[in-house]
Amino acid sequence: MEYEAVIGLETHVQLNTKSKMWCGCANAYGAAPNTQVCPVCLGLPGVLPVPNEEALRKTTLTGYLLNCEIPRFAKFDRKNYFYPDAPKNYQLTQYDKPTTANGFVEFEFQGGLARVRITRAHLEEDVGKSFHFDRNSGVDFNRAGVPLMEIVSEPDITSADMAYEYLNALKDILLYGGVSDCDMEKGMVRCDVNVSVRPVGTQELGAKIEIKNMNSFSGVRRALEYEIPRQIAVVKAGGKLIQSTRRWDDTTGITEEMRTKEHAHDYRYFPEPDMMPLAPTDEWLAEVRKLVVELPLARKQRFIREYSLPAPDAETFKNDVALGNYFEPLAKQSSNPKAVANWVINNLRAKLTELNEREKTEQSELGIEPADLQLTTLADLKFPPAALLELVGLVEAKTISNAAAQQVFAEMFATGKTPAAIVQEKGLAQVSDTGAIEKLCDEAIAASPGPVADYRAGKAAALNALKGYVMKLSKGKANPALAGEILERKLKG
Amino acid sequence: MAATDIDVKYVAHLARIGLTPDEEVKMSAHLAGILGYIEKLKELDVTGVEPTAHAVPMVNVLRPDVVRPSLAHEAAMSNAPAKANGLFLVPKIVE
Repeated sequence: MEYEAVIGLETHVQLNTKSKMWCGCANAYGAAPNTQVCPVCLGLPGVLPVPNEEALRKTTLTGYLLNCEIPRFAKFDRKNYFYPDAPKNYQLTQYDKPTTANGFVEFEFQGGLARVRITRAHLEEDVGKSFHFDRNSGVDFNRAGVPLMEIVSEPDITSADMAYEYLNALKDILLYGGVSDCDMEKGMVRCDVNVSVRPVGTQELGAKIEIKNMNSFSGVRRALEYEIPRQIAVVKAGGKLIQSTRRWDDTTGITEEMRTKEHAHDYRYFPEPDMMPLAPTDEWLAEVRKLVVELPLARKQRFIREYSLPAPDAETFKNDVALGNYFEPLAKQSSNPKAVANWVINNLRAKLTELNEREKTEQSELGIEPADLQLTTLADLKFPPAALLELVGLVEAKTISNAAAQQVFAEMFATGKTPAAIVQEKGLAQVSDTGAIEKLCDEAIAASPGPVADYRAGKAAALNALKGYVMKLSKGKANPALAGEILERKLKG
Repeated sequence: MAATDIDVKYVAHLARIGLTPDEEVKMSAHLAGILGYIEKLKELDVTGVEPTAHAVPMVNVLRPDVVRPSLAHEAAMSNAPAKANGLFLVPKIVE
């Protein structure tokens, strides 16, 4: 019997607000332990939490970006449990009345489009961070009370690869919406994986196994690549799986069952009495709607459609939003957007990366901290975007060769001079004067008996060597097509 | 189990409250009294009445996203039974 996997993900995302969820402590990573804490986020008696409006706005925006409904009534509840990183002995979350529900995410997968339904995206709070020592554990509550959004998917995912692509698509959407910085290194995105297996063609779900607290997308993929065959092997051997929680060990590459405490899941949820319910108004929702941005997939598809770009170029502009934003106005003005895309991706991006690397080296030698590096961006280029269009135009009109255009680009990148000025200054205008090129062709033929013999013996490719020689003699200025024609005529004649 | 019966041992465990056998008996009686009162409320016909999330008729009490000073680290740690390296020390967490 063949088995299939059924996977649902619960993704926790820290929102990039300035302050925490219920108090004015900074929501910032990397401070000394327990310096961004106050009576509210330490759970001291008698305090009153007040929800951060921006966190609610970002959650609602996420709802729109994930095609969710935004219910007109939502509330916070207490989830009661005891753990040293939860200072109040309960976590504030949204239990039965979440801020968003019933959406979906669409993303590219295996050459087509996949859709994963979203059960809900609700708002809750992060807990403190634990450190483990020989005899004790230590807790830093700087992270306690940081706004945390939980995005719950329906069990629509069927493979490790699909889970990986779903997570990446989700991350792209959250970055586009500006709701989270999604820095995995800083633990801003964490994931619980629910996975079961069932015979192909059946509807009933198998025993749900949860893999807790994954902090990388590749880890999720690897854990599933291990866990799915493990479960299938158990049921195939006649074993029985029981609902349980497992931990992924990234070093050994296996999942192992966690000790489950009796009654561990009796959270005794009840409505948070210290906070008023939420009832977003039409006006408030209309303001949030204005923040809705084009989704990454829609942008990629639009770039392919409107600018006739190949998929890899559109993918580049999807992933590098600033580069895409630089490209788009130019593409609109150009008769050849594909040529513009080539220049932006292959030349501009490469030069900028090279410059940034140099800046990093120079500045770190001066003792500047990585966070304070001043790097050139697309906004600080020496030449205006229109100059790139001009350059593409010069190549299109065959005024300059491709090789010369590279030189022009390097010069305008370094100095900000206009392409026309550089072409004139360096004498790069392409020579399409037949007489002048004929002379160079004669020279090339005289100097290259080998390739000439090869060509006459039927090796058509030998013409390239001669063409290269002509280009060299002309210092890259000869019109290569014309040179080819003349050489061919001379050699055949 | 009647509606007014309650597993006091279990509830006490969930709340991390240690009760002596005597106290368990006493608490059972107290809680049964409270639940008895709830049972009485159940007699009321609430068809068509939305569950109340909060007794005060007020919604959308929110605060702007503004950073305010936190407690000084020493003040934040001042009631900690044990501390080291700026952290609150707790018994070792075993998973």
